Formats: sequence, C-alpha cells, structure tokens
Amino acid sequence: MRRPFATLTGWLAAAFAALLLGAPAQAETPKDTFVMAKDIGDIITLDPAEVFEFSGGEMIANLYDRLMMFEPEDLTTLVGGVAESWEVSEDGKTIVFSIRPGQVFTSGNPVTAEDVVFSLRRVVKLNKTPSFIITQFGWTPENVDDLVVVEGDKAKITITEEFSPALVLNALSAGIASIVDKKEVLAHEVDGDMGYDWLKSNSAGSGAFELTAWKANELVSMTANPDYRHGEPAMKRVIVRHVPEPSAQRLLVEKGDVDLARNLTPDQIEGVSGEEGLAVQADPKAALIYMAANAAHPILGDPKVAEALRYLVDYQGMAASFLKGQFQVHQAAWPEGLWGAYNETPFTLDVEKAKALLAEAGYEDGFEIRMDTLTDSPYPEIAQSVQATLADAGIKASITTAEGKTLWPMYRARKHELILAQWSPDYVDPHSNLDAFAHNPDNRPEAQLTGVLAWRNAWADDAMNKMVVDARNEKDPGARETLYHEIQKQLQHEGPYVIMFQQTEEAVKQTSLEGYVSGATFDLIFYRNIVKE
Amino acid sequence: MTDGSETASAPAGRAAPGSDPAPRRKRRPSRAIGAARAVANGFLTLVLTFIGLTAVTFTIGRVMPADPVLAVVGDRASQAAYERVFLEMGLDRPIWEQYFRYLGELAQGDLGRSIMTSRPVAEDILRFFPATLELATIATLLGVVLGVPMGVWAAVNQGRLIDHVVRVFGLIGYSVPVFWLGMVALLIFYGNLGWVGGPGRIDVYYDGIVDSVTGVILIDSAMAGEWDIFWNAVSHLILPAAVLGAFALAYVARMTRSFMLDQLSQEYVLTARVKGASEVAVIWRHAFRNVLVQLITIIGLTYASLLEGSVLTETVFSWPGIGQYITTSLFNADMNAVLGGTVAVGTCFVAINMFSDMLYRLVDPRARA
Repeated sequence: MRRPFATLTGWLAAAFAALLLGAPAQAETPKDTFVMAKDIGDIITLDPAEVFEFSGGEMIANLYDRLMMFEPEDLTTLVGGVAESWEVSEDGKTIVFSIRPGQVFTSGNPVTAEDVVFSLRRVVKLNKTPSFIITQFGWTPENVDDLVVVEGDKAKITITEEFSPALVLNALSAGIASIVDKKEVLAHEVDGDMGYDWLKSNSAGSGAFELTAWKANELVSMTANPDYRHGEPAMKRVIVRHVPEPSAQRLLVEKGDVDLARNLTPDQIEGVSGEEGLAVQADPKAALIYMAANAAHPILGDPKVAEALRYLVDYQGMAASFLKGQFQVHQAAWPEGLWGAYNETPFTLDVEKAKALLAEAGYEDGFEIRMDTLTDSPYPEIAQSVQATLADAGIKASITTAEGKTLWPMYRARKHELILAQWSPDYVDPHSNLDAFAHNPDNRPEAQLTGVLAWRNAWADDAMNKMVVDARNEKDPGARETLYHEIQKQLQHEGPYVIMFQQTEEAVKQTSLEGYVSGATFDLIFYRNIVKE
Repeated sequence: MTDGSETASAPAGRAAPGSDPAPRRKRRPSRAIGAARAVANGFLTLVLTFIGLTAVTFTIGRVMPADPVLAVVGDRASQAAYERVFLEMGLDRPIWEQYFRYLGELAQGDLGRSIMTSRPVAEDILRFFPATLELATIATLLGVVLGVPMGVWAAVNQGRLIDHVVRVFGLIGYSVPVFWLGMVALLIFYGNLGWVGGPGRIDVYYDGIVDSVTGVILIDSAMAGEWDIFWNAVSHLILPAAVLGAFALAYVARMTRSFMLDQLSQEYVLTARVKGASEVAVIWRHAFRNVLVQLITIIGLTYASLLEGSVLTETVFSWPGIGQYITTSLFNADMNAVLGGTVAVGTCFVAINMFSDMLYRLVDPRARA
C-alpha cells in the first residue's frame, strides 16, 4: 500500500531534479555591457528638474550634459559642459555662455542656446524641490523669462541677488542644470506641463547615454550615445539592477552576473576582499553623519551642554570598529576632498572634560534625553555607542528609530531633542552645506524655514549669518575659502551639531572592470569611461 | 460517497450544512438559481470586502506618522513647496471626504498615481502582480502536488518512521524563516552549484525582448516562441518557487495528515475494510474524498497568503512582485500605491474564496443544497 506514493514522490523528485539540472548555464556579462547591482528603490523620477534622490541623481549625471560640469577625468576642476566658454560681467551679475558647437541630442537635434534657456526656465517654472539651487539667484517663474534669455547664439543669465560668480557657476553644474532637448520635450507636452510627465521616465539629453527603460523596483537601462562629444562610450549598454538585499548583491558579483555591486555591508566587503577576480573600490563621499541638539530644548539650548556632547562621542572607536572602511572621522560641515573643506578634528572622547562642562552648566548629575535616528544601519549602532558614552557623563539617552518619512516630519517641526541624521550637499559648493548648517535668518517658529538645519534646531547667530552671506558674495576665491574655513571652525564650537563622520563608499567590482569613476556626490558618478578587458 | 456512515462523519467546518440531521426538507432549488445566488453573494462579498479593506487601509495611511507630502517633495523642501503639494494632494480636507473621493475614483477604475514609480497605480499592478502570481501559483502547485501525497502517506503510516519524517519536515518547513531559507538556497543552488539563475525574474540581457502580454514571463515567452527566454525564466523561477513551495508543502502535508488521521479512525473506514475493499480504495475513495473540502479550504488560504505574503522571498530574490511593491510603498508613504495593491490582493482573496466555494459544490453534493 505504500508503493503508489513511493513511486509518485519518486517520480516528482526526479522530474524536479531534471528541471534543475536542465537549467541553462550562467551567462557572463557581455564585454560591451556594464551591469551594476544597486538598491535603486529611491528613484521616483528621472526628470532633471525634479530629481533629488541619490540613485536618480546618478542616473541623470550619465544621461545629460550640464551647462557646467566636473568631468570624470578631473573631478576637482569645473569646466564647461554644454557651454564652451562664459563671460562674467564687471559687476558679476551677468554671465553669457557660448554654446559648444557640434553637439547633438540623442534625438539628432543640435544643442543650442535655445535649449539652454528652455532648460533653466523649465526648472524655475516647474518649481520642484531642487529648483532652489538656481532660484536662490533671484529667479522666479514670473521674472525668469527676462533674466534667462537667448542673445544671438548665446545664453545670457542675470542674477538679482549678490552672489559670487564662482558659486553661480558651481550651482550650474548640478542636476537641475542638465540641458534638455527643447523640441523633443515639447513634442511630448501635455496640458502645458513642459514635458514633465514624459520626462519622468524618458531622457532627452546630450549625455553619454540614453535612457531605454526605467522599471521601478526592477532596473534602469541605458544605451550608449554614438554621437557623444567625448566619443561613444565603450559600454554600449548599461543595466542598473535593483537588488535591495546586500547578500543577493554579493552572490551576484561573486558569480560574475554583475560587474559592480554597490551596497555590500562592511562584513560582506571583508568577506569578498581577497577573492580571486574581485576588487574593492573605495571612494570618499560627501555624506556626513551628525547629531543635532534642538536649541529650543531647555537643557540642550545651553551652548556648554552642546559642547559637552561633542566630547562624549567615541569618534575613533567607532571609525575603527563597526564603521571601518565605510566612515572616516570628520568634524566640520563641509566634507574633505572638496574645495573649501576644513579638516581639523578638535574633538575626541573626553568624559572628564564633558563632565566639567556639564557641571559649569549646572548639570553635574546629567539629565534624561530622547535621541531619534533612522532604522537602517549604521544609525542604530552609532546611536547605541553614543548612548553608552553619554551615560558615562550621567546623561541617560533613550533611542527611538524610525523610517525617514516618519523622522523628517518631526525634525522639520522641531519636535526632536537629539537627532542622529545624515546630510549631503545639494551641489558642489561650500555654500550648499553652510547655508543649511549655519545660516538661519529668521529663527521664529512661524518662519518655517523647514529646509534649513539651523532653523530646525532653533539655532541662529547673527554674526554667523553675516559670515555665510559674506562668503557667498565674495568674488575673490582665496578670500572666500578663508571665510569658509573660519565659518566651519566657529560652527564646530558654537553650533548645535556634533558632526562625526564622512562616508566612504566601498563598491565591489570584477577586476576586469576599469574606469568606474565615483566622485563625492551623485552628480559626479560616471559610467562613460568604463572598459572591460 | 453514498455510504450512510460517511454523512455521519461529515467534516467540521465549511461543510457544516451537510451535517444538518433533517433529511431533505424541501424541494431543492435548481442549479441555475443556486449558481445565480452564489454569484450575487460573491458580488456582495466583493463590495463589502472592498469597502472594509479600503476604509481600514485608508485610515491607517492617514493616521500613520509618515508624511506622504515629504515622499513627493523630499525632506529638504521649503515650506512653500510643501504646502503647495499638501493642497494638491487634497490633504487639507476632512479624512472622510478624502476617502469618499478615493472611493468615487476607484468606482471609475482610477487607482490614482504612485509617487514612487510616477505611473498610474493600475499600470503598476498589472506589471507587479503577474510576477507574484507566477511565483505563488508554481509554489502552491509544488505544495499541493507533493504535500497532499506526503500527508496521506504519513497518516496511513502513523507512528512509523515515514510519519515522523513528514512531521519533522512539516515543523521545519513551517518554522524556518523563509528569508533564511531563501538566502541559503541561493547560496547553495545559485552560488555554489550554479544550477539555477540568480536573483531577478530573468537574466537582465533578456529584458524587454519579449512583449509583455500577460505579464507572466513563462506564458509571454512561450507565446512568442522565445524558448531561450522561457528556460532562462524557469531557471530564475524555480528557486524562489521551491522556497515558497516548501512553506506551502509543509503546511499542506501537516494538515492533510491530520485530516486523514481523523477520517481513518472513523467507523466507515472499518466498514469498508471489513467489506473487503482494497487499501487503495479505502484510502483514496473513502477517506480522502472526505477531507477534500477541508483541503480545498486550506489550499485556497495558502495560495492567497502566498499572493500577499511573499514580501521576504521577493526581497531576497529581487523579485519585482506585488508584496515588495506594497511594502516599499508603505515605507515611502505612497498611499495610492498601498491602497491599490491592497485592493488587488483583496480581489484575489475574494476570487480564491469564491473559487473554493465552487469547488465545494463540485466535490461535495451536500454543499449544493
């Protein structure tokens, strides 16, 4: 009576095994295709007027040329992208851009001053989140038609605010300065949306690649632009696979099914390093991890308490243990490796000094405080380390973790006490960070400067405000850099922040892959020089 | 099935009408009327389920501390940009008004737009759902085809080695986290042995070659005659389906075993044996037919739970399915997507239930009354 079952299961098991064995062998990635595994769940749009997410920013950096650019061959020098040259007026308020001749969009249309002007006006009129990068120059949907104009075969921009021309040019290397194909975009316009709906999932640029597909939660795929001004990239196809699970990324790169894996954990990196055929590429990033103290809080508002907090973090201990390889100690508001960086690290774990400061402030017995942070690694781990060192000085911190979408509304509403968070620049100029960290022109709750970190922490300092504005307006590069150093130095001791770490991104790649350039921000990640042996 | 003793042993649960001791009171309604009533009932259930589902999901979405406006504008947006989008999304209106507006749009088949994917939610669901359907269907098939015979086998051999093996297997399959099982399976069968395709539905190079007609790659590629792609998809599907299938198998085998044990201890089984029926006939024709209704119920439930509950498997295997879609949407406060996904899964639940009901009628004459 057992027999029928035995044969049935036996047969099924055999069929199952046959199916497994009959599966086709693994394909190697083709020589002219670059396949990357990355968590790209953050992409919500690929319209350069709207992109403000890490993965989306990286995609458009490869799909569009910007007016001004940092090129992968030299990430530190700002050069013309779509612009060949530019002339700044005497008063520094007008810049005329000559357009590089001979460039074409992927549609075949030539790149003209008309496209440049359309692209910038489009950003201002659509008025999406990143538009502030250029609207801070005084541009509004109402006046931009007069301030950004075509003049002959050139594009002329006029700013109404006092800004250093260097800052304006730096800002024009951000994603919002991607030049889109006016004809192509307007051909897809619906109800006067300036192609907004279409451009979310299509590309119309003159960059190294053209978008073939963005499938949310699945992949982004691009093909090489044969007419690219630096020549057609060696990789004819780029496929960015959405692989949310780091362990799966590790397997894929170990099997050779992807050329590069971006989101491995530190222990996984350690696991693969030394494996034949794989190499780890470490690139410094501009992302900073910091803790902020709400100055509206009766205890945290005391500058002595804030200073004490800065001596109650085991910077070196963390950087040498669970953050090893992924984060370096950095204690100023503008990251190392970028122009204007201030690299002094005056703070170390010093419980006695902190206790003395707390005693001066009248809290020799410590106090109880709430600390909020994100749920993803390494935030909870850092929070726990800080919790332990705070306890050494009698401060009892309770940790709450939440997803960003829950955490940020609270931060923006000033409802936090201590918060452990991350910050990356919006464009490659020190003003990007210092405007957020140090400049708070109106500290009243009703001012609602919710995008500004200083406001969120209810912290304002008139002298600091003036310095930030002076540095922003300074035309002499040397004087400007000195000012930025001074601001960062003062902010280290006077601000409501405990700036701790700067990120290093470790990517695992096949040793056969060369030329992947990963700069400090997502604007500076380039696929076009990639070659495979 | 005409044996009187079988009626007396009617299984508890869904087949309860049959246990009514009163012998055929009235004239039976015709089958057509019965079917029409079933359809009407089904429709009513569907409407009520939807109202309940959407109301609960909607309320949760609105009371959740995650901010849907920030999902659109990003956390660094100025207050002006924030407020503009807040108004655009209609969040200033009372929650009941927002809800009724959503219902009105839903009635017209408009599920709104997803923030995350920038596309209409209906289109997203048509893309993500077939991926899950493909996975859950194969997994359930594996579970049923292997699990039922295993359960019967174990019950027939109660207390013997094979019974213990099946029980331990059932316990492990049911208690080992799918997430871990998936990782280990990937490591062994993809990483070490290289027998199967890695994470993802298909090798990326094949992406976009076959037009999506049904969204189920196996069907689409077979229809297009692209057998390379078909086999590639099979090699990617087999592992996640086996992992999910192991879970289904463990559950189905365990339940089949216990249902069968219940039946095998009944007097009618003894009667059948005394009458000289062969073991095969006793087990399959007599006992097994009586557990069918219960089995259909648990298989239906298993299938439904695999459709919505395979988030972890989908994550491990980078499977762009509906579970991952709803989860990521939830974390991103993308409420249109969450609601749309919930409605889609709800529809499936109701459909599977209705289908189970139909099957009861087919296998159990008492349920037709």
